[in-house]
Amino acid sequence: MSDNKGPGGTPEPQEERRTHDRVVGTPSPAAEKQLLAVDEDPAPAGAGAQLDEDAAKRAERIVALFFLLAFAGSVAFIAYYIGWSGRDGGMHGIFRARESNFWLGGTMALSFLALAIGMTIWVRRLMTSAPIVQERHELQSDAETRAAFNQEFLEGAEDSGITKRPLLRRTLLLAAAPLGLAPLILLRDLGPLPEKRLRHTFWGEAVKKAQAEGKKGVRLVVDGTNKPLKVSDFASPGGMITVLPEGVEESHHALNEIAKSVTILINVPADQFKPAKGRENWHVNGIVAYSKICTHVGCPAALYEQTTHHILCPCHQSTFDATDAAKVVFGPAARPLPQLPLAVEDGYIVATADFPEPIGPSFWERG
Amino acid sequence: MSEATAPKAAAPKAVDAPLTFLDERLGSTTFFKRNVKKVFPDHWSFMLGEIALYSFIILLLTGTFLTLWFQPSMHETVYEGSYEPLRGVKMSQAYASTLHITFDVRGGLLMRQIHHWAAILFMASICAHMLRVFFTGAYRKPREINWLIGIVLFTLGMLEGLFGYSLPDDLLSGTGLRITQGVLESLPLVGTYGYMFLFGGEFPEGMNGELIPRLFTLHILLLPGIFLALITAHMMIMWHQKHTAMPVKNQTEEQVYGYPFYPVFMAKTGAYFLFTFGVLALLGAFAQINPIWQFGPYDPGAISSGSQPDWYMGVLEGSLRIMPNWEITAWGHTLSLNVLIPALGPLGIIFTGAALWPFLERWVTGDNRSHHVNDRPRNAPVRTGVGMAAVTFYGLLWLAGANDVIAERFHVSLFATTWFFRVTVIIGPILAYIITKRVCLGLQRSDANVIGHGVESGIIVASPDGRFSERHEPAREEERITILSKENARPEAPATDANGIPAPGTKGPLGVLRSRLQRAWTFDDIAVEEHEHGNGHEGHELEAGKSDKELRH
Amino acid sequence: MTRTGISVKRITAWRRRPWAGYAVVLAALAAIAGIYAGFSPQTDSAEAANNTQAAADLQNGQQLFNKNCASCHGLRGEGTKDAKGNPLAPSLLGVGAASVDFQVATGRMPAMNPGAQMPRKEPIPEFNTQIKTDYHDPEKRAQAEKQKAQAEKNIADLREYVASMGGGPPVPTKEQVGDPQKGDAALGGKLFRTNCAQCHNFTGQGGALTGGKYAPPLSKSDVTPTQIYEAMLTGPQAMPVFNDTTLTEKDKQAIIAYVVQSREEPNPGGNGLGRIGPVSEGLAGWLIGMGLLVLAAMWITAKKPKKLKKS
Repeated sequence: MSDNKGPGGTPEPQEERRTHDRVVGTPSPAAEKQLLAVDEDPAPAGAGAQLDEDAAKRAERIVALFFLLAFAGSVAFIAYYIGWSGRDGGMHGIFRARESNFWLGGTMALSFLALAIGMTIWVRRLMTSAPIVQERHELQSDAETRAAFNQEFLEGAEDSGITKRPLLRRTLLLAAAPLGLAPLILLRDLGPLPEKRLRHTFWGEAVKKAQAEGKKGVRLVVDGTNKPLKVSDFASPGGMITVLPEGVEESHHALNEIAKSVTILINVPADQFKPAKGRENWHVNGIVAYSKICTHVGCPAALYEQTTHHILCPCHQSTFDATDAAKVVFGPAARPLPQLPLAVEDGYIVATADFPEPIGPSFWERG
Repeated sequence: MSEATAPKAAAPKAVDAPLTFLDERLGSTTFFKRNVKKVFPDHWSFMLGEIALYSFIILLLTGTFLTLWFQPSMHETVYEGSYEPLRGVKMSQAYASTLHITFDVRGGLLMRQIHHWAAILFMASICAHMLRVFFTGAYRKPREINWLIGIVLFTLGMLEGLFGYSLPDDLLSGTGLRITQGVLESLPLVGTYGYMFLFGGEFPEGMNGELIPRLFTLHILLLPGIFLALITAHMMIMWHQKHTAMPVKNQTEEQVYGYPFYPVFMAKTGAYFLFTFGVLALLGAFAQINPIWQFGPYDPGAISSGSQPDWYMGVLEGSLRIMPNWEITAWGHTLSLNVLIPALGPLGIIFTGAALWPFLERWVTGDNRSHHVNDRPRNAPVRTGVGMAAVTFYGLLWLAGANDVIAERFHVSLFATTWFFRVTVIIGPILAYIITKRVCLGLQRSDANVIGHGVESGIIVASPDGRFSERHEPAREEERITILSKENARPEAPATDANGIPAPGTKGPLGVLRSRLQRAWTFDDIAVEEHEHGNGHEGHELEAGKSDKELRH
Repeated sequence: MTRTGISVKRITAWRRRPWAGYAVVLAALAAIAGIYAGFSPQTDSAEAANNTQAAADLQNGQQLFNKNCASCHGLRGEGTKDAKGNPLAPSLLGVGAASVDFQVATGRMPAMNPGAQMPRKEPIPEFNTQIKTDYHDPEKRAQAEKQKAQAEKNIADLREYVASMGGGPPVPTKEQVGDPQKGDAALGGKLFRTNCAQCHNFTGQGGALTGGKYAPPLSKSDVTPTQIYEAMLTGPQAMPVFNDTTLTEKDKQAIIAYVVQSREEPNPGGNGLGRIGPVSEGLAGWLIGMGLLVLAAMWITAKKPKKLKKS
């Protein structure tokens, strides 16, 4: 019999396994016959009080082996940490991080898993507790107790006078109400009120400043290199680049301003460009600028296909048509990307006004 | 080493002294005595919830480690650390300190990865555990409170996860926050106020970089505190009510059968904690998760393809993706149904539905008893069908959240995947309900067969007149007990009694609805009953074979 | 180096002017005149040799073009349209040598069958410059090397021929492409995430576009720095153009440095799970994490082996 027991705790005899399966599954016809003849009781599953001593010894040794393995794992973890990971000035950079993660994680996993396996074999092969039966008691208290409690509760209420004295009761409630509201009031300073913040971007501010200096508008600079763009720089049809208003990096709350004013500049072949009504002079030979912030929930919609002229948002796949005022072609966005009016000044592409509408996702007050 | 048990007489001093100390002060021995042999029934699916419990403990441990270095600050700094490709790049201190944990703190990357994997497993195991509880009817009276706690835990877990993975302030999580902002903005009336109040101003920095510190406090203090309280309550209620049992031999509504808490269950659950930690360490060591150094620091103008949230937010992502672009603008106000419906609808349906379900079921079936032995899913076809419909609904929306990855990996049209999900998310759950119910009823039928006519033995018998039939044997004891755990539908009470007076509880529109639903719950139930004689007596093979055929056709 | 940069800039800028078309035609005529001139016997011998060589190359290019390209792009590279007037194959006038080099060297052209997108594949033998040459057998090696040299020459001839039809950006030089190990990967990362990652993913694993198209992965080592440069310069298929005046040579070198360095970077945390972000992480969590733990739970709660009982 003992030949059935090997390491790893998986040596359940064949028939036993099938018996186990059949409880849940549909009956398997062929093996059934033989099983039925064996009149034994598989339910008590536990080892019972008695163990086959030889088998138990063997199991004990296996468990001990796993515990020793766990010990070795932890020792290796500590040894690696103290003795090896700190060499040449400690762990810095990607290669050492990889090495350290491998050894620390590997030894840690080894010791936890070995301990877990050892314990499981211990429970399964050495613990002699037999299954027992326990009563499930009715959870509800008995009627007498409930009645007694109700009685006491009502008496208490009576004694306190709260049932008899309505003035007391009502003023107490009155006092409690604003007290509950007070902490909510405290949260008011979490942030400023929206006011008109969502309605304009740094483009407007920058254009105003430029026009005050007698210029036509503000230059567009490449996001990342801050290079102002000339018309001739951006003359390849099918071109696309992310631009910002010049000077936005130096503005107060630069990141907030960039998050609203980031814009894509696209060179649509002039023969395929259909300027929208009232926006005939907003482009420069097919060079057109749209807000990069998707009107759905605000991801940067930046995926431009120069063959179809679609602008796709990689988050939720709203698709806009760059040739046709960024109208929505597909997806969950409801409104076109706002367009930035462009012009040329000294050969540079400039924006002559802010976006005509609030950029980004819709909001209640948007209208 | 386990054999070193004490003799039956007095316990050794090392055991006795501390127990006496405690008992003199707390009277704790009565409590220990009562609970030391508490019975825990065995079933693998009963351990799913334990994964969540142990993941939570591991989250607390690893999370504490991470807070020792993490700086929850959005203030800008220039990275000068040891990860070469980002040297000289402007980033927030939160991102820089996460890089520091990753590349300069020994074991930091491992703890980060274990923490993140534990979060994934925490949510996954809650999900699996809730499915187990639902499909076996373990939420029924008296366990509704624990069911509700579970739903709250899962919902808060989503928030906790979102806040947690947003803390490093990398490009991917920043994109997630941007979407959070967009969704918040879409709320009617209060949207922009909510947005300004959460971010302390405008996205992403507010007036003074408020967001990350706020998320940090919520993530490490408030939400874990609530978790701790709810998990404790969950465990105490479970302990008090005793665990449900599967409908197998020895398990009854009155008695629970299994191994005692001490020493067997204690060792088992201890081993399982070690397994959980071990698997998480394995994942942390060999599977890279959330490589923020590859994502780069947050930059409002940048985005990556395949920007997905962690799996438990995938449903929201998918709903947002497949929603048609409905938006209403009237009287100077905008209502973005294209954001509102996906943000609130699907999870609203699933969570509200799940929370109401135990009470709804109790009302419909009129079953006000306490249940401690679980149902087999097949024996409650409507429940199982509804569950599968919900799983399909959730699963399709979840998959839709990865539609770009699907389109890219299998080279199908992106828009086609969107349309596929738009259609299947409506049809799929209905089909799932119908199919599941049919499967359940089929299984009931085969159960009835096993009980009524026995099990096919695989032995073909030729009768004297040349007919062949298969001999049927009676089912084994265990099997019969499991199959007979089914509670057959009671005969429907007539809507009116002999005098034409409606039965109580069937009056009014609600009463009518209730009786209709009750009928839907039970009308196609297949009775599984023991016949007086049909229990595999010798000499009944032919009949058994015949009626078997009749039953099938 | 700078000079070439400027000339590319100029050409790119000029070829979009209204008169560019005429200029192209004139240039083409001049080129043809040049070919004829090459045949004329009056020139002095050295020049004649050069010209004859050039003419032979161009002729080789033309033959290759007629054989491999003209069926779709037309004999003069003017492009073709289907019955409804939808373009089948784009015009090659003005696409330039860089574009030809990119399309042919990556095996995208000649295309085998029309689809939403021309996939990268092993180039046909005539243009396959990636064939194995490390044979031990010297004869075999010599033959392979010869074949490779021929393929390189074929591509060069073809791109010269196509360039002769309409100009366009030339193949970037070694100096232009730069050394990917030396570029400014920090700047490159920023530019990549702003302009490239939306399609190609943060580590260049590629991503989906509309209509079954996709942004190809940049993460394999057969995507050479020159090809990345050419792709930015010419905007193949759905990809937008990033010319040298928008993203300068230095910017492009930075981007190439980022792409190459990040794909060569190891994954410190173990297996990178495809480097595509949370989708594969969720899958691994459910399948591996939950899978292993469910197995463990089954083992722990399975019935004890019967054989333990003393019998």
